Amino acid sequence: MGWRPALRPYLLIVPALLLTCGILYPFGLGLYYTLFDFSASKPQPDLVRLENYTTVFTQGAFWNSAWVTVLYAVGAAAAETVLGVSVALLLHRSSLVGRVLEKILILPLMIAPVIAAIIWKLMLQPSVGVVNHLLRPVGLGGVQWTDTPAGALLSSIAVDVWVYTPFVAILALAGLRSLPTSPFEAAAVDGAGRWYTFRRLTLPMLWPYVLVAVIFRFMDSLKVFDIIYALTEGGPGDSTVVLQIRAYLEAIRFQRYSFGISYTIVLWAVVYLAAMVLVKHLGKIQRKAAEVK
Amino acid sequence: MDTHAHDRRRFLALGAALAATPLLSACGTGFGGGDGKSDGSAADDVTGSFDWKREKGTTVKALLNKHPYTDALIADLKSFTERTGIEVEYDVFPEDNYFDKLTVDLSSGRASYDVFMLGAYMVWQYGPPGWLEDLGPWMRNSSATAAEWDQADFFPNLLQADQWSLKAGAPLGQGGQYALPWGWETNVVAYNTDVFEKLGLRPAETFDELRDIAGTIKRKAPGAGFDGMYGIAVRGSRSWATIHPGFMTMYARNGLKDFTVEGGKLTPAMNSPEAVAFTRDWAAMVKQGGPPSWTSYTWYQCSSDLGAKKAGMLFDADTAAYFQAVEGAGPASGKIAFHPGPKGPDGSLATNMWIWSLGMNARSRKKSAAWLFLQWATGKEHLRKGAIRHHHIDPVRRSIADDPAYKDKMRHLPGFLDTFETVVDQTKIQFTPQEQFFDATTSWAAALQEIYGGENAESVLNGLAGDLAGKVG
Repeated sequence: MGWRPALRPYLLIVPALLLTCGILYPFGLGLYYTLFDFSASKPQPDLVRLENYTTVFTQGAFWNSAWVTVLYAVGAAAAETVLGVSVALLLHRSSLVGRVLEKILILPLMIAPVIAAIIWKLMLQPSVGVVNHLLRPVGLGGVQWTDTPAGALLSSIAVDVWVYTPFVAILALAGLRSLPTSPFEAAAVDGAGRWYTFRRLTLPMLWPYVLVAVIFRFMDSLKVFDIIYALTEGGPGDSTVVLQIRAYLEAIRFQRYSFGISYTIVLWAVVYLAAMVLVKHLGKIQRKAAEVK
Repeated sequence: MDTHAHDRRRFLALGAALAATPLLSACGTGFGGGDGKSDGSAADDVTGSFDWKREKGTTVKALLNKHPYTDALIADLKSFTERTGIEVEYDVFPEDNYFDKLTVDLSSGRASYDVFMLGAYMVWQYGPPGWLEDLGPWMRNSSATAAEWDQADFFPNLLQADQWSLKAGAPLGQGGQYALPWGWETNVVAYNTDVFEKLGLRPAETFDELRDIAGTIKRKAPGAGFDGMYGIAVRGSRSWATIHPGFMTMYARNGLKDFTVEGGKLTPAMNSPEAVAFTRDWAAMVKQGGPPSWTSYTWYQCSSDLGAKKAGMLFDADTAAYFQAVEGAGPASGKIAFHPGPKGPDGSLATNMWIWSLGMNARSRKKSAAWLFLQWATGKEHLRKGAIRHHHIDPVRRSIADDPAYKDKMRHLPGFLDTFETVVDQTKIQFTPQEQFFDATTSWAAALQEIYGGENAESVLNGLAGDLAGKVG
């Protein structure tokens, strides 16, 4: 064999290798920085090893942010899944209306989340916002949507749901359209009811698609920054300061670089572990779905 | 086969080593940009007689915040270029993003911008890392500085506000001059004369009166023909900017401190019994007479609510009211009057200030040209033009504040000149200078929001003080 064919496999992995380096280099550098006390006021920092992490974990602020992040991610991903699958089922039943609505449904996905948050911030404004204006006839025109901790968190989740439910719906719809028809025909012949068919056939076969959507949305929601920052800046109090916002404040606003990066590394670890669990679960679900088919 | 596998392992090992090289080299090279400091000032290189044209043909790059003061500067840039032969390129960012942009740019160690706008508080953050040029040597060098620049003409408290020794807790007015005052704001009360007249109100002389008036307006104004009007617009977003205008002004008038300093050690004082009582009262005032959705309020909303006749009063920068008071600005223009605001229990009119300053990047490679720009922008001629022809009000120079043309321009705004003259000498930075200013005041704003939301003021402020003690001590 000549040297060119022998070299070909190695050349083919060069792009992947470069990509890997491009990912690993900043990541490694970030990780390295967390071992130091590096801030604007300490441009020549001391090696503090794992002190930044111990400080992070002993801070009440971290646990508050971690709790808010989890609440947000679970709330947003759950609501988007339920709504997205419901919308997909409705669209799947009516093909003509479904096709028209599909085009409209995708609109929020074309808006940058930060812009969506600003639009919603105006709409939720208590005195001039359209939401309170619409609720006024039923006596709910004075709601201070983002002035309370619960209201601010729920409003942020609502904006996330508004932006990303179509994403789940589109994935679920694609899944529904790719399901084999024969199991449903057999169920119809056997006289199975709608609920039974949905529970025993549609849902198990659709689960792999739904779970892919859940994985994407859960991961993204854990990393949320733009929607919350534009809507509440993390307030009132610390009620919507998720880990990303905490990291941004520490690293950029307060210029404690190492400490801010430590927050992002912790967040990365959480996202990575959650992704591993969910992907493993996805494999099992896929195998079960294949058995139903 | 074996050989092939061996080769593959070797290749992968080599690949991994190559991938690790930049990481290892990064380990060796340290952290971002190196120190790049030199002992001598570049100002010492300027010798001979002063010459506006000495940097002819140079281009200076400026980073500016979107502001009426900036508009006045841009409108007059041609005269700078005509005088010096220096071109100015500039980027303008809205305030929401401006300081992030500036912070990231300065911390990167690049010299993307030679000059920029900043507040005096930013000196506490940008000064210690060595990002700001000390302008003192430039000011003292008669070869670099025109005689007509006239340093003595600046209000002394403004020039001192940008001067600091870079030591936490050390008073301002000592050490390097890290920026020059360019435009400033004093925090006073502006009110809608129509609603005051109709409800038979007079501007508050005490804080208790202010709270009462705010509540009265919210209760009675809608029934008196001012639909949807509330009492008082004050900032409430979870930001350092919420603390420094009305809140800090009234806090200082009550004789309260953010930190106490003993032997260079800072101790948070925002949880003293008097501070707790005041903060509780402030939150109650907002609750009784403040805007709906207060926790998102920035100066933009406060100002526009006064202008739109949605707020009966504004306790914020005089400029925030001025921009609504001028003819044609909005529904309330011509109906806005100014007042120094409530006095403290001992009659104090101590007022917190904000200064838009101009600074120079310590890494600029065009310092001589940048200094000419700073001189021109803070000089009498440009600032006079800005104050009289544009909206560059609250002059940093006494000669402009005393200028009959300026007084004529401002005279039609009820109470503006009287208020300005009453508080000008008592207006200074009421915060304790220290690097963690932004962390402290952002957390303070978050605490204020929690108290407004019904949390116990004492425990919230004790928590805040405990948190800050570890950071600033």
